[in-house]
Amino acid sequence: MLLVLPPLVLLLLMVIPPAALALRAAAAPIAALELLNRPLLMAVALSLTTTAMSTVIILILGTPLAYILARYRFPLHDLVNLVVELPVVLPPVVAGLGLLMAFGRSSPIGALLQQFGLALPFTTVAVVMAQVFVAAPFYVRTAQVRFAAIPNELDEAAAMSGAGQWTFFWHVAIPVSRSAMLAGLVLSWARALGEFGATLMFAGNLPGRTQTMPLLVYGAFERDLNLALWTGLVLVAIALCALAVGRLLARGSSLPTAPLP
Amino acid sequence: MVFAASTLADAFDEIGESFATQHPGVEVTFNYAGSSTLAAQITEGSPADVFASANEKQMGVAQAAGRVTGDAPIFATNHLVVITPIGNPAGVQTLADLARPGVHVLLAAPGVPVRDFAEAVFDRAAAESSFGSDFKQRVLANLVSEEQNVRQVTAKIALGEADAGVVYVTDVTSSVSGQLAVVEIPPQFNVAAHFPIGMISDSQQPALARGFVDFVLGPEGQRILAQWGFSPPPSG
Repeated sequence: MLLVLPPLVLLLLMVIPPAALALRAAAAPIAALELLNRPLLMAVALSLTTTAMSTVIILILGTPLAYILARYRFPLHDLVNLVVELPVVLPPVVAGLGLLMAFGRSSPIGALLQQFGLALPFTTVAVVMAQVFVAAPFYVRTAQVRFAAIPNELDEAAAMSGAGQWTFFWHVAIPVSRSAMLAGLVLSWARALGEFGATLMFAGNLPGRTQTMPLLVYGAFERDLNLALWTGLVLVAIALCALAVGRLLARGSSLPTAPLP
Repeated sequence: MVFAASTLADAFDEIGESFATQHPGVEVTFNYAGSSTLAAQITEGSPADVFASANEKQMGVAQAAGRVTGDAPIFATNHLVVITPIGNPAGVQTLADLARPGVHVLLAAPGVPVRDFAEAVFDRAAAESSFGSDFKQRVLANLVSEEQNVRQVTAKIALGEADAGVVYVTDVTSSVSGQLAVVEIPPQFNVAAHFPIGMISDSQQPALARGFVDFVLGPEGQRILAQWGFSPPPSG
């Protein structure tokens, strides 16, 4: 009995806020039509398009990284691992500050871009960059664990049939790891969707260009609590769906799944 | 616990120290943010003792929530300025330049008092033919971001991330003035921002809250405010 009490407290702490949000939003006298107001629609559209872009980028750039980390030993392997893990533990607003220092107009890179009339802060590209920075580790970790668990028999079979490294990667490793890769993508997509601190710092906050759903919640809180509540509720619903889909996909994988990084 | 608009940060930090010196054993803590954020927190029941707002509208929000029931006198006046990064990369020399195509403008988010005041300035300028009646729309078309409080605007301009921003004259403090250039707003367009201060009705320390408010309104508080660039409240 005593063992059950602490978990119960923790579970309550985690379940009450989303529940309270739902109850408060449901009690809010908001007509369904009112939900379709411009800021909410723009934020939803922006959140969905930017997270789609960042997820594709993470897939293309992260898969080779996860594969190499999983299957090859090289000098600085541990350092690379550390770099990949860093965004997970770094406070997002610090990540945003770092992005600003690295790519802002006052940085060398920023100054170079300005030569071509380009600037990164306050653009939708900056939103995608912030999302990729914070969300990539979630995919890379998941894929890496899965790639590392590919049984040696498959390698031996491939070697015997004369398959090269690229062939193995494309025709064996990826198909075998598909479920875990998808689960990792769902996780990183959800993280990108919820990104707030780095976006606010680096990309700024402008409806239609950089104001994602979390930023809308923050801004709407002091102007239109109902809008904030309902936007928050949509995000909670999306988060729940993402987790459910992730679980289903992970169960489809034939090997043990990666724990949450 | 004093909730105060961001632009009051330096002045109130000093006022807090001075107040604590005169009341040994008392610790004054501050929550600085955009006044609209503070008003929303107060409405949601955040514990507080004093609220110093950058405009009467947000004080009204606190009053409508029933958490400020006594009077809320004006304790300071403020004015707006246009700031650019030092070196003025976009060549913003006058208020009218804010509407020039290609100039990246930073403002606070709607609801934050300095944003309301800035739009009032734009409206006044638009009434003059040389600016054009669509002046405000053209400035807003140059907007690249809406920040949560005026100090965020100041910080990003100081970093050079945007070309121009509209902030209070009290935000150009010694710690950032080396990174900023100031463009004055002609007085006929500028607004007098009246800052009210009020006691939170359910304060746990009513006597101290009253004392702090009186201190801010008194000679020492007013001296410190003037030192940081605030103008006195309208007399009478």
